[in-house]
Amino acid sequence: MNTIGVLALQGAVREHIRSIEETGATAIEIKRKEQLAEIDGLILPGGESTTMRRLIDSYDFFEAIKAFGEQGKPVFGTCAGMILLANAIEGQAQAHLGLMDMKVARNAFGRQIASFETELDVSYVGDAFNAVFIRAPYILEPGSDVEVLTTYQDRAVAAKQGHYLCAAFHPELTDDNRFIEYFVQMVEQSKQILASF
Amino acid sequence: MANTGTERVKRGMAEMQKGGVIMDVVNAEQAKIAEQAGAVAVMALERVPSDIRAAGGVARMASPEITEEVMNAVSIPVMAKGRIGHIVEARVLEAMGVDYIDESEVLTPADEEFHLKKSDYTVPFVCGCRNLGEAARRIGEGASMLRTKGEPGTGNIVEAVRHMRQVQSEIRKLTSMSTDEVMTYAKEIGAPYELLLEVKEEGRLPVVNFAAGGVATPADAALMMQLGADGVFVGSGIFKSNYPEKFAKAIVEATTHYTDYKLIGELSKDLGTAMKGIEMGTLDASDRMQDRSE
Repeated sequence: MNTIGVLALQGAVREHIRSIEETGATAIEIKRKEQLAEIDGLILPGGESTTMRRLIDSYDFFEAIKAFGEQGKPVFGTCAGMILLANAIEGQAQAHLGLMDMKVARNAFGRQIASFETELDVSYVGDAFNAVFIRAPYILEPGSDVEVLTTYQDRAVAAKQGHYLCAAFHPELTDDNRFIEYFVQMVEQSKQILASF
Repeated sequence: MANTGTERVKRGMAEMQKGGVIMDVVNAEQAKIAEQAGAVAVMALERVPSDIRAAGGVARMASPEITEEVMNAVSIPVMAKGRIGHIVEARVLEAMGVDYIDESEVLTPADEEFHLKKSDYTVPFVCGCRNLGEAARRIGEGASMLRTKGEPGTGNIVEAVRHMRQVQSEIRKLTSMSTDEVMTYAKEIGAPYELLLEVKEEGRLPVVNFAAGGVATPADAALMMQLGADGVFVGSGIFKSNYPEKFAKAIVEATTHYTDYKLIGELSKDLGTAMKGIEMGTLDASDRMQDRSE
């Protein structure tokens, strides 16, 4: 059985929990860093990245999440979660977790009135995926090891680097569970790899 | 093909604010303090509710330069209030690019009978509610987010508690009803029937419901979270306190860790005097903002 945690400091936690459970995996809300030991994969949900970062620091999650990823355990960031994963942010001196080698731009499609939904073909996930963009970021400069999974208007909006996965949009706000199913597969594979050591 | 202003995009924006605190601010400096403290959004206003209450007269949409100043100061979403039923104030706020409009009873209503048809707008709206019927009517008009009305600018949590409990208790009542009772219930509480069926099926409202109106301390914020609020609006409490920066951080932390009582106790130390507050019995009927709309 795969157990997936959702960082539950702020944001769209409930939606991710629902989508994880619909794939048959077990979902846990992660509110304390000690809980990271109980899970095989972690989701950094959408929300406000500045708020989440402040709470990550207040509750001493920063090094714990980095260590979780560096052990080879999969991490999936959506929207604000993608910003947290990046190692560079446009217009900001400091990045957050820096687990993925990419530079991102925040609120890159404009303010809320410019938020939109569209259909995208996403590598490994499937075609015509209903992508919901809310004050969304995009990947300005993916590093050489970062595989871009889909683009919108020539902008990279989902990517994978080894056991890290990110999307600028919100798969959890739709009933289409293909994206999360792909992450569950990544978790399954990493468990096998980690068990073989 | 990309679609803007869809129900999913508008409601989703509010989902991203869950577990967070939205703070009233009147200038760029306060907005930055709020952002630094970890607010998920700010509400740009000309005056906080307690000052609106003290000033009397007609309260309107803030002047655009204040809203713009706040929008330019922070990267978190900026909300702004428009008068109930004031189509043009709402369209102006939308044209300015604010991220959310609060069709708010804190301002003097422009229309005493009709609310805005909020589904016509690209920008999402938040509205106040005291009970399930009012919540359902606002959602029916297109609100993408709700909040309790409470009694704004009083520093008294009692009305927000009443409104949160009322909505929750009516949802529980609805979910235990047999389907053939729902139409009559819809008539009784003045709610759209189809929406009630949806609430009954899901066991909750289809949009988030924040606490607002009277949150004055970190413990107040945590109380509202325990009663089932999805997040908290803090109006006059923060920038009327002695130490706004400390107070703002304390409210954010108490909202995240609303069952960690030891922590809330620590957070509540050395905050100075909270706003004096107003006891409901001393408030004239004409001063009750929550009764300005149905």
